[in-house]
Amino acid sequence: MQSLIKKILLTIKSLVVKIYMKTRAIIKNLLGKISEKRRAIIIGWAFIIPALIFITVFIFIPMIYSVFLVTQSCRGIVCETDFFGNIDKLMGDPQFKQAFKNTFIFFIVQVPIMLTLALVFAVILNNPKLKFRGVFRTAIFLPAVTSLVAYSVLFKMMLAPDGIVNTTIEFLGNNPIGEFLGIKPVGWLTDPFWQRATIVIALLWRWTGYNMIFYLSGLQSIDKKVYEAAEIDGANKLQIFFKITVPQLKPIILFTAVMSTIGTLQLFDEPFNIIAGSGTTVSTMTLSQYIYNVSFVNIPNFGYAAVVAYVIMITAAILTVIQFRLSRED
Amino acid sequence: MVTMVKKIKQINIRKVTKMIFSYIILGIVSFICVFPFYWMFAGSTQTSNAIISGNISVGSNIIENLKTLFQQSDYLRAFGNSAFAAILTTVLALTISSLAAYGFEIFSSKFKNKLYNVLLLTMMIPFAALMIPLYKVIIALDLNNKLISVVLPSVATVFLIFFFKQSFIKFPRELIQSARVDGANEFRIFRSIVFPVMKPTYAAAAILTFTASWNNFLWPLITLSSNDIQTLPLKISTLSSSYTPDYGVILLSIVVATLPSIVVFFSLQKHFVAGLTGAIK
Repeated sequence: MQSLIKKILLTIKSLVVKIYMKTRAIIKNLLGKISEKRRAIIIGWAFIIPALIFITVFIFIPMIYSVFLVTQSCRGIVCETDFFGNIDKLMGDPQFKQAFKNTFIFFIVQVPIMLTLALVFAVILNNPKLKFRGVFRTAIFLPAVTSLVAYSVLFKMMLAPDGIVNTTIEFLGNNPIGEFLGIKPVGWLTDPFWQRATIVIALLWRWTGYNMIFYLSGLQSIDKKVYEAAEIDGANKLQIFFKITVPQLKPIILFTAVMSTIGTLQLFDEPFNIIAGSGTTVSTMTLSQYIYNVSFVNIPNFGYAAVVAYVIMITAAILTVIQFRLSRED
Repeated sequence: MVTMVKKIKQINIRKVTKMIFSYIILGIVSFICVFPFYWMFAGSTQTSNAIISGNISVGSNIIENLKTLFQQSDYLRAFGNSAFAAILTTVLALTISSLAAYGFEIFSSKFKNKLYNVLLLTMMIPFAALMIPLYKVIIALDLNNKLISVVLPSVATVFLIFFFKQSFIKFPRELIQSARVDGANEFRIFRSIVFPVMKPTYAAAAILTFTASWNNFLWPLITLSSNDIQTLPLKISTLSSSYTPDYGVILLSIVVATLPSIVVFFSLQKHFVAGLTGAIK
C-alpha cells in the first residue's frame, strides 16, 4: 500500500515537474519576442493546460471512443463491427423497454413532487416572523448530507418486512379506526408497486431539502418592495405566489429541474442498494442498472451498453430542451 | 371604529392560524427528515435482535458492534482507502481546476472563451453515458483495480472550473495589476495574492469535492472489481446484502461513514450552503 502511494506520488511529481519545465522553457523562449497581449494569452494557457490534459483523457477521449463503441457487438472481450446491430437489438429488447419505462416513471413522478414540495417549504421558511427557522432549515436539509449508499441501506432496513415502518403501521392499524381505513403493512421491498413507491419516497427524503436551499437563497434575493407593492394592490397569497414568487425564481427552478432530470435519468445507487436482493427487481431496474448489468453481470457487451448510454444522454438532452422551452413561454 | 377592530382581529386570527399551520407542517417534515438519523444512531448501539423487535431506544451494545465491525471485516482498510482517495482527489481537483478557472477568467481570449463554452456543454452529459468508454480508458491505462482509478477522473471536473471561474469574476483586478507592476510572476501572484483572498471559495469547493468522492459508489463499483481494494460505500453495500446481516453492525458502519459529512456540515455550514448555491448566483 505504502509503496503504491509512494509510486503514485512520484509519478505525479515527475509529471508535474516535466509539464512545469516544458511550459517554462516554452514561455521563456517566447517571452522576449512577443507583445504584452500575446504574452498574457500564452501564460493563460499554462494555467489551463493541466486541467485540459485530464479533461481530454477522461472526458473527450471517452466521448469519441463511445462513438466507435456503438458500432461494436461484443461477447466479452471479443468484438466485431456491426454498424446497426446494436440499434436493432435495442428495438427488440424487452428488458431495455422495461428499464426505460421504470426510469421515466421515476422521473415523471418524483421530480415534480420534489420541486413543488421544496418550493412550498422554502416559501414557508422564508417568513421572517417564523421562529426557529434555522433549526427547521437544518433539519430539512440534513438528509442531503448522507451518502447515497448509506441512506439507501438505512431505508432498506427501515422498510424491511418486519422493519420499523411496517411495525409502526401495524400498530396504527391495530384498532377499529385503523382497520376501517385499511391501514396495514405493505411489501415495500417486494411488491412491484410499493418498490417503486419506496424509491420515490427515498429520493424525496434525500433531495427535497437540497433543492429547497436553492429556492431559499433565490427568495432572499427578491426585492421586498415587489411584495409590498403587491399587498397594497390587494393581491392574495396565492396570487403573490404564482405571479411574483414563481416568475422571479424561474431561472433557479429551471436549474433545479434540469439537474434533477439528469440525476433521475442516471439513477443507480438507490434501486441497486434498496431493492436488489429482495426478490424481483423488474419494476425498479433503471437504465443505469441495465448498463451495469449488460457490461458486468451478464456476458459483457460494452458495445450494446454504449448504445443504452446514448439513450440516457439523448433523453436527457431532449428533456432539457423541453424544460428550457417551457421556461421561456408566458 | 368597531368594524376596524373586528377586521384587525380577523386578520390576526388568520395570521395566527397560518403560523400554527406552518409550524405543524415544518414540525412533521423535520421529524420525517431527522428520525432516520436518530434511528441510525440508536440502532448502532443495539443488538441485531433488539432492532428487529422494534426497539428504538439507545442500547448498550455499541462496544460489541464496534469490535465486530473492525475485527470481522476489512472495514478499517476500506475507511483508509476512502479517506486517501477523497483527500487526494480534493487536493488535486482544487489545484488543477482553480488554476484552469483563473486562466479562463483572467487571461481570457476569444479561443479560450470558445473552449470554455465547449467544456460547459460537456457538463450536460450524464456520467452514466460516459462510464463504459471511461472504463475502457482506465483499462487501457492499466489503472483497473487500483485506487488511483477512482481519483484521476474527478481531478479536473468542469463543474469545479465553472464554480471557481464564477468567483474569480468578482476578484479585484487592481490587486493583480499592482503585483505585476511590482514584478511578481503570474504563478506567484496566484499563490500569494489570489489564493488567500479566495479561501472561502476553496473551502466550499473542498467540501463539495470531498463529499462527492467520499460518497461515490457506481464508479468504484466498476473499477474496483476485485475485493482487495474497496471503498467505504462498497463495503457498506456488501455488508448490507450479506445473507445473515447484523443490523447493529451495519447501522454502525453507516454511522461511521456518515459522521465525517455531518461534522463537516455542522462546523462549516456557511461554506457548505455557499458551495451549493454559489455557482448559480
